[in-house]
Amino acid sequence: MARRQLQEINAGSMADIAFLLLIFFLVSTTMDTDSGILRRLPPMPEEETKDEQVDVKERNIFVVLVNRNDQLLVEGELMNIKDLREATKEFIVNPNDDPDLPAKEIVDVKYFGPVEITKKHVISLQNDRGTSYEMYIAVQNELVAAYSELRDELCMKKWGKKFDDLDSEKDEDKIEAVETIYDRKISEAEPRNVGG
Amino acid sequence: MSKFKKGEKKTVGSISTASLPDIVFMLLFFFMVTTVMREVELKVDYRPTTADQITKLEEKSLVSYIYIGKPLSTKIFGTVPRIQLNDSFAEPEQIRDFIAAKREQLNENDRPKMTVSLKIDKKVEMGIVTDVKQELRKASALKINYSTNEGDPVEALRSRR
Repeated sequence: MARRQLQEINAGSMADIAFLLLIFFLVSTTMDTDSGILRRLPPMPEEETKDEQVDVKERNIFVVLVNRNDQLLVEGELMNIKDLREATKEFIVNPNDDPDLPAKEIVDVKYFGPVEITKKHVISLQNDRGTSYEMYIAVQNELVAAYSELRDELCMKKWGKKFDDLDSEKDEDKIEAVETIYDRKISEAEPRNVGG
Repeated sequence: MSKFKKGEKKTVGSISTASLPDIVFMLLFFFMVTTVMREVELKVDYRPTTADQITKLEEKSLVSYIYIGKPLSTKIFGTVPRIQLNDSFAEPEQIRDFIAAKREQLNENDRPKMTVSLKIDKKVEMGIVTDVKQELRKASALKINYSTNEGDPVEALRSRR
């Protein structure tokens, strides 16, 4: 049988084709990793249940108000945002057993034994419709930061590493223990106009 | 001048470009693997705020995006902040349908893990954000993420003034 000599395909344009594809993917790609403050919204109250007055003692509530001029009112006093983190930490821990700060309860926690926890504290955040989003996020961030710092301090003291460095599978009990001691309780009031 | 001209003839052979396609293909595969297609065409002005207590969103397929900001083409749409769902402007009432549709696309096991990423311009006032949050609560999409850049928010606020 006569065999025709197969000619080699010219691969010179291969680079051009690959470049074309490459440029397409370069243009259509977005490298941004999405990150942000993760929060859980409270579920919508059932229609039938009336607004019940939840009985929380005054000393257990930390009221944070932000008005439409982005001013901060914490527990009835004007505050600069850079002081908010420390104030929040003091409220959560209540280091000097201040009768105006939240009451402590003794709870038995794994790894830690009996610990005094301000178990019933609540941080209540209210903002006006005119508050800027930037301010709102800054306040949220500071409140979350207060908890993170406390958790980190506790973990550092106990295990010598930060809370985020605990292994989510291996150290599940440890994470749970720390979260029991410093449980995040940031509640946002039902929206209304704070005015200002 | 002529001094230099008269050297030995040393021609440097041209560099072989035979491996060029391989290199380009390598790059190509890298970008093909890492690429995420743009979800939507942005119609609103979105400049994120900064925060430092941030978590990375892991599974992109479980995330739906809501954009809020001033329309880009202010001549047509004005300067009042608007909500963008998918590729068009929307009213807060439409969020419920949007969430229902997104939830429908997910695997049944993944539905509770659905996250809504709020990409909100920093100049937006909280009024519209509150409306959106109320709608999300009604749609029981409770896991939300305020999308931000990494940085110190207190510093950022100070430099604004």
